[in-house]
This record gives sequence, C-alpha cells and structure tokens, in this order.
Amino acid sequence: MTYVRDVGALARKDLLLELRARDTLPAMLLFVAAIFVVFHFALPGTPSKLETTGFLWVAILFTALLGLGRAFVPEREQRMMDGLVLAPCDRSAIWLAKSLATLAFLAAAEVVALPLYALFFHGLDGATVAAVILADLGICAVGTFLGAMAVVTRARDLLLPLLFLPLAMPIVVGAVGASVVDSPGRYLGFLALYDLLFAVVCWASFEYVVAE
Amino acid sequence: MLTARRLGKRYGEKRVLRGIELALPRDGFVVVTGPNGAGKTTLLRICAGLAQPTEGTIERDAAREQVGYLGHEPLVYRELTALENLELYGRLYRVPERRERIGMLLERFGLWEARHDRVASYSRGMTQRLALCRVLLHEPRLLVLDEPYSALDEAGAELLDAQLAELRGERACLVATHDPARIEPLASGALALSA
Repeated sequence: MTYVRDVGALARKDLLLELRARDTLPAMLLFVAAIFVVFHFALPGTPSKLETTGFLWVAILFTALLGLGRAFVPEREQRMMDGLVLAPCDRSAIWLAKSLATLAFLAAAEVVALPLYALFFHGLDGATVAAVILADLGICAVGTFLGAMAVVTRARDLLLPLLFLPLAMPIVVGAVGASVVDSPGRYLGFLALYDLLFAVVCWASFEYVVAE
Repeated sequence: MLTARRLGKRYGEKRVLRGIELALPRDGFVVVTGPNGAGKTTLLRICAGLAQPTEGTIERDAAREQVGYLGHEPLVYRELTALENLELYGRLYRVPERRERIGMLLERFGLWEARHDRVASYSRGMTQRLALCRVLLHEPRLLVLDEPYSALDEAGAELLDAQLAELRGERACLVATHDPARIEPLASGALALSA
C-alpha cells in the first residue's frame, strides 16, 4: 500500500510538472499531427492499409521517443535524482511513476493521433486499438528505463534512440502484425508477453540504474 | 554514526580523495574545510550514500530515511510550489503529522507567505531556505550539509545558526564550509582536506 502511495505521489508530481511547464505533451501532439499531415500529402494515390499501418506505428514510436527523451529532464536539470534516490521509497517506484506519467502523455497524444489517422488514411479496428494499448505499455516501460540510463550520460540525446529503437523492434513486429492479420490473438499475446517480461526486468533492475 | 577508514575516490584516472579517516559520533558535529577541488563535495556525497568510495570503507549507522543531505543543488522542483515540494518529500519520507511539520518549518525559515509560489520565482536565498526545510523535514539523525550558508543573507544565516545550535548534541552533523569561523563554536571536530 505504501508502495502504491509512493508511486501515486511521484506520478502526480510528474503530471503537475507537465501541467505547469507544458514541455512535453504539446510537442508530442504537434509532432504526431505533423507526421500524419506530411504522410497524407507525400504519398501519391491511395496507400494500402498495410502501408499506412506501418506509418501509424512509425508515428507512434517516434512520438513516444520524443516524450521519453523529455521524461527525466527535470531530474537532470535540477539534479533531482539525488533527492529521489535518497528518499526511503523503493527506487522502482520512481520508474513506475515515470512510466505511468509518460503513458498518460502518450495516450493523450494518441487521442488526437488515432482519429487523425482514421481521417487521413483508414479506419481503425478493435485489434489495432488493442495493439496500441499493449504497445504503449511496453514502450513506456522500456523507454523510461532506458531514459533513466541515458540521462546521466553526455550523449543522452543520441543514446536513448540507439538503445530504445532496437528494443522496440519486437513491439513494432507485434503491433503491425496485430493490426493487419485477420486473427490478431497471437500477436496481441506476443505484445502482452513482451510487456510483462520487460516490465518485470525494468522493475527489478531500476535500482542499479540509479545507484552510482 | 559514521566511520570512514582510508577512504578514497577516483573518477577514472583522477584521484579526488585519498586516505580519509573520519569518525562522527551520534552527537558529533564535524566541520569539513578545504580549498576548491579538495574533494569536500565528493566526501559528503559518499557520506550521504549518494556515491560509493573506490578505496577504503565507510560505515553508516543510519538508514536512508535517517539522512538529511543538502548539496549544491536545492533538490526541489522549480515548477512546483514550496508546499508541493515539501508535501512530496513528506510523503516519500512518511513524515508523521506532515502538514504541521511543513507549516512549522516554512514559518521558521520565513517562507510561509510564499508557500504557494513556484520555486522558479524564488530568489537563490529563498530557494536555499526551502532546501533547508527539505533537509530538516523528516528529522534526520545524520545531517550532511554542503556549504549550507551559500546564498543565504544575514537573516537566513542567523536562522541556520540557531537551527544548527538546536540540533547540536542531538544529531550527527557533517558540514562542509568555506567559512569555518561561523560554525566553529558548534563543532566537536574538524577535517581539513587539501587539494
């Protein structure tokens, strides 16, 4: 129960910071909208569903990357990680809270992105929406973990995509598969398994990421 | 409370601390002095548990929640208010009667009127006062203070003098400063580092 309260307090802090600074969400919204507009006008004729599904996932992945790159900015600029690491709460609570906050920003961006996609390209089915939800969980869990690793390095802006994109490949495979096949159960199961596996790994090893 | 034996720290090839011996009893008050680059901050970070030594040993008879650390950064979020920052730390440190304790500290350090203002709008001195509130919030048994007087005006410095005098003999204090004369009367020991 204490753990849940710690996660709640930390996630609330992240949401409050975004509400005040408005650094992340507007950038994510503009980026994802711009991508769809660019794709819409750049593609000649009517692209197939298979092609546009690929664009959707590219857009989601890079929008998430934008948010993940900003996730630990307050902690980096004000050395706040020292304060959080010294607190007696379980350090994985920092990761979980940050993942939940990033998930909230990504979900908010998708509330705009998915209708735009449907407007410009093809309608969305239930399997695609389910894949988006499951992919978001994996993206935020892994991306937040890697963001915490990258933020302490000088090459953080370069390092995060380099670490994150290869690890996000299974998400893209599972998500695209779930969006285009007739029976997406296997792909959705694969995404759920990825989420579970990486969430456990990130949760268990975050302690070592923030310790010197 | 804190014992360091032959403590050393290297960052790659660069050695910043070597052969430090330190014994800080439960009610001790040790002042750490030394020129810039002598390793005061590194030593204090090791003592607070934020860094690990590369040589020697350190024994700390205080759990994480019993350490109060003030570094060069105030460790408060600039986009949150003073009250929100202290509420966050109060929750994480499970401070009993949190609201009362926060109110008392903000009153004592002259920040009560500005409690709903964002820290970004604070002066450097006010931010330092808030950082001191943060450090004292959970009534730590071990206080590790790195240049606590920096940015404080005379009134703020006197407040801190009074606070440290109150804590002397009750808590273990390790204070790094460039102005040792100010807290010399409180000190039970001194550690001089050389560059």
